Order: sequence, then structure tokens, then C-alpha cells
Amino acid sequence: MFKVASLLMTPAAKYLMLAFAILFPLVAANEYQVYVMATAFVWAIAVYGLNIITGFCGQLNLAHGGFFAIGAYTLGLLTADYGWSFWPAFLGALVMTAVLGFLVGIVSLRLKEHYFAIFTLCVGFIIYLLIDKWEELTHGTIGVRDIAAPYGFGLVDFTDTTPFYYLVLAFLVFAIWFMGRLSKSLLGRTFIAIRNGDELAQSLGINLMRNKVLAFVLSTTYAGLAGALYAGMVRFIGPEEANINHTFDMITYLLVGGIGTIMGPLLGTVGIVWITQSLQFLEEYRMIIFGPLLVLLVIFFPRGITGSFLTWMHRKSQALAPTKKRQENKVNTAQNREAESNA
Amino acid sequence: MSLFLQQIINGLTLGSIYGLVALGLTLVYGILHIPNFAHGALYMVGAFMSYFFMVDLGAHYWIAMAGSAAVVAVLAILCERLVFHPLRHSPPIHDKIAAIGILLFLEAVVQMFWGSDFRRMSSPFTGIMNFDGLIIPEQRLLIIAGAFVLVVALQLFLRKTMTGATIIAMAQSREGAFLVGIDANRVAMMTFAISGMLAAFAATLYAPINLVYPAMGHLVIMKAFVIIILGGMGSVPGAIAGGMIIGFAEALGGFYISTSYKDIIAFGLLVLILSVRPQGLFAKGAH
Repeated sequence: MFKVASLLMTPAAKYLMLAFAILFPLVAANEYQVYVMATAFVWAIAVYGLNIITGFCGQLNLAHGGFFAIGAYTLGLLTADYGWSFWPAFLGALVMTAVLGFLVGIVSLRLKEHYFAIFTLCVGFIIYLLIDKWEELTHGTIGVRDIAAPYGFGLVDFTDTTPFYYLVLAFLVFAIWFMGRLSKSLLGRTFIAIRNGDELAQSLGINLMRNKVLAFVLSTTYAGLAGALYAGMVRFIGPEEANINHTFDMITYLLVGGIGTIMGPLLGTVGIVWITQSLQFLEEYRMIIFGPLLVLLVIFFPRGITGSFLTWMHRKSQALAPTKKRQENKVNTAQNREAESNA
Repeated sequence: MSLFLQQIINGLTLGSIYGLVALGLTLVYGILHIPNFAHGALYMVGAFMSYFFMVDLGAHYWIAMAGSAAVVAVLAILCERLVFHPLRHSPPIHDKIAAIGILLFLEAVVQMFWGSDFRRMSSPFTGIMNFDGLIIPEQRLLIIAGAFVLVVALQLFLRKTMTGATIIAMAQSREGAFLVGIDANRVAMMTFAISGMLAAFAATLYAPINLVYPAMGHLVIMKAFVIIILGGMGSVPGAIAGGMIIGFAEALGGFYISTSYKDIIAFGLLVLILSVRPQGLFAKGAH
């Protein structure tokens, strides 16, 4: 059991997962399944963004769904109303979410813990209200139609589900790769230091504000990327994209998968999206299960699937190690713990 | 002039409701330092319980209000026992996520039983009072008077009774309260019960001039958060003053500026104030 499990930690496991994702459209029973998987991947990208600010940097951002909607609306409005083609509008969406993320960040990140969470909750709601009420710009409750699909430069047609699936997959792989690099870099460790203690981090000479804003901008850009892809995929969006429930959904995905881990956001999102899909009747009442699930997770498994798995692996490897080595391991526990949260 | 007075009355009504909800929120924050995101869901359950007692069981308005307060108080105690108590040593982010879990659960349950339709709840106070051209519906008067009575009763309870004093003591200093033998569990449960009751009272008072639906708590809870940040988190007078500020800002802003953006006023105020004073308007020192 332990040997099988330890295989899951090797890089080979990640390549296997990638291979499965590449082959998925070939083994899928129908196009709808490919579509569902692509949706799950889009959400996963957004959840990776939430993981940067909430998982690594420790700041609960409740405006994340709002930034997702800003990304979707920027792309939608630029292509549908202003005649931009997809890729320039796509870049526009990224720039828009980054700039707005920066502006919101420099105000909101002066606040700590609860104040930050409450402030971002309000920011998320302001975004929703603006989208809903500012009819001259956003068409209000009617929503945005006729959003352009990605332009394939004459090579591929992204209006088909399968090519779009590969496009989303490519962005997802990039997002995970970037996350992995980030977590091993000095910047990622700086974020973790901030999560573990504001004051301690500051005493080490870390500029809190600059690093928190950077984490926030990175996270909103991830959300904008996901939102723009979402708009290009469904090609019709409305104010509901900014509903606070999307943020709550993403928190659930992140927590189930494992907050602050590399593979957690993907596992949590894909897992829950498929569970919800296979239990269609759950769609409306899924929160009767997911609400208590959130509570149970934070009480008993605050580190989610991936985090709990890594902790279990770590304990096992200590138990298997010879006694002498175990002594060393004890000394290294603190280091290992940090390594785990990077894994 | 009478239009202006009319807006003053509206501001007072809104301020009373917001103040009551914010009071419950601030009490819980003062004791446990939890921003209870589920408080809006308790408010919503309070409205649905009153609706259930009145429409389905045919109870009188006052009895429905008492019944709803009792149910929500029990629910709030359960939240404390089953969720927040086990999490008391966890990092603060876990409390917040758990509170969101409760919120999602309660909303889904209510939606399962009653659907997401908007419902109207009647009250026996449908008359209208006319003070020399100034028209005040009885229900609005009842809201203002009811909020006043509840706030005075709460103040008397907190200041004049031994049980109430334990809540104040715990909010002032946790260690100090333990030192003189105050039972933390009892105080936490009591605070949650009071906070739930206040939410149920506010919901039952406000429901007849508003609508009852599963998402009704969203806006109210966010405004209550704005209020307790304005008034200083954990401060009882701050919650009442903050409630009135937001109530008046909304009533006057909605009338003189724009009705469709009136909900943004509270949040705009918050953004503005926190940009200038990150510690809130009345808060002392660092948080």
C-alpha cells in the first residue's frame, strides 16, 4: 500500500495525469463529457488563483468570483460591442483584471484577517451590483450575447468542443507549471512566510504590502484568465457570473482538494464537478451536502485530500525509516512541513 | 419638507433593522472573534420560521415572532456547539470558511422546503397613521419602537444582571474572565442565542414591509458587516450608531441620488472609510 502510494508522489504520476487529460476526448463517451471536463478545467484555473492568495498567502479573498466575472465581461464586451477579435480582447481581459486587482489590492490589503475578508466580500458584491445595474455598459440583466470564439489562425476551429478542450488544457498546464515554479521560488516562500505570521515575516525584512499585492494581482489575473476562457467557451454571459456563490464554490473546491498544495485545486475541482454532474438532482440542493462538508473538512481535514495524503505519506516514511534516521527526521520536522506545503 | 421627514422615517426604520442584525454580529465577534458569515442565514431562517408559524400553523404575529426567536436561538447554539467550539484553536481562516459552510447549508435547506420564490408575509399592523401630512405605516412605527425596546432590554441585561455582566467581562478580557471563574462555554452559547434571537426579531419585524426569500440575508448581512466595521467590531453602541448611519445614508441617498444604486451606498461608504482609516471610524488603536 505504501509503495503504491509513494508512486503517486513521483513526477511520473503527474505525467500520467497529463496523458490521461490528453487522451480524455478520445475515451469520452460523448462530446458533452468533454465539455464538462473543459468547464472543470476553467474553474480549476480560477481556483489556482484563489490558492495563491488564500492558500499560500493566507488571505481569504471573497471577491474572487467577481474578478472571474470581470475577466469574462471584459472579453465579452470587447468582442461583442467593440468589435475586437478574440486574442486582443483576451489580453485585454488579463490586463483589466490585473489592473483592477492592483487597485483593489492596495486598498484592501492594508486590512488584516477578518477585515480583509469582509472588505473583499463587499468588493465582490459591488462588482455584482455594477454589472447588474450599469446597463449602458454591461446590458444589465439581459447579459452579453455573440461573444467571439477564439480565433484559430486558420489551423483549428475553436468553436468545436474538442479543440477548445485542448486550448483550456494548455492554459491549465501552464497555470499549474507556473504555480509549481512559484511555490519553489523565493517569492512563493515569502508568501508562505506571510501566511505563517505577518509580524514574523516583517521582522525577517519582508515587505508585507508589496508581496501581498503581488500575490493578489497574480490571483486576480488567474481569475481573469479563467473568466475570459469561460466567456469564449459559453459565449453568453450574465450578471450571475459574479454571484457570490461562485466564490463559495471555488472555496469548496480548494478546500476539498487541499488548500496551499499544488495538485489540490485540480483534484478538488475536477472531483466535485464530476460528482455534481453524475448526481444531476443535486445541482440545486448540492449545498445541503457541500455546506456541512466544508465544516467537516475544516474541523477534521483542514488540509484537504492532497494535504492529508502528504501528511500520511510523511508519517509512513518516518515509521519505515530506521531508528537512527528517525531521530534526524524529528529534527527536520519543521523543514519537512514546509516542504509538504510546497508539494 | 414632509418628503424629507418621510425619508427620515424610512432611515430610522432601516437603521433599526440593520442595527438589530449588527448587534448580534458584534456581540458574537466581541466574545469569540468570529466574523459570523452565517448570521445572515439565521436572519433568513428567522423570517421563514415566522412565515411558517403564521401562514402554515395560523399563529398570531407575536406568537410567531416568539416561536421563530426560540427556533433560531436553538439553531445558533447548535452552530456554536457543533462548529465554532471545535474550531476554537484553529487558524482564523477556518472559522470563516466553516461559517460560509453553515450559510450555504441553511440556505439550501430552506430552499428545499419553500423553494426560491418571493413570499409576502402579512402582519396585523396594516394601518397608516397620518401626522399632519406625514404618513407613517404602523408596521414602520412598530419596527422603530420594537428596535428601541430590544436595545434597551439588551442594555439592561448586559449592565444590570450578573449573567449579562459575564458576557461583557468575557468581551473585555478572556483570561480575566476565566480567572474569576466565568464559564466560557456558557457565555459563548448564551451570546449565540441572543444574537440569533435578535436576528429573528429583526427579520420578523421587517418581513411584512419586505419580501421573504432564501437569499434575503445576503444584503442584510453584508450591510451589518459594514456597520460593525464602522462602529468598531465588538462595540455595542457602535453597532447601533453605525446602523443608523447606514440606514439614513441609504434612505436619503436612495431618494436624492438614485434608487437603483442605493444598495451600493453602504459598500461605497465602507470602501471610502477603510481607504482613509483602515481601523474603522470609531475603533481605538490597532485591530
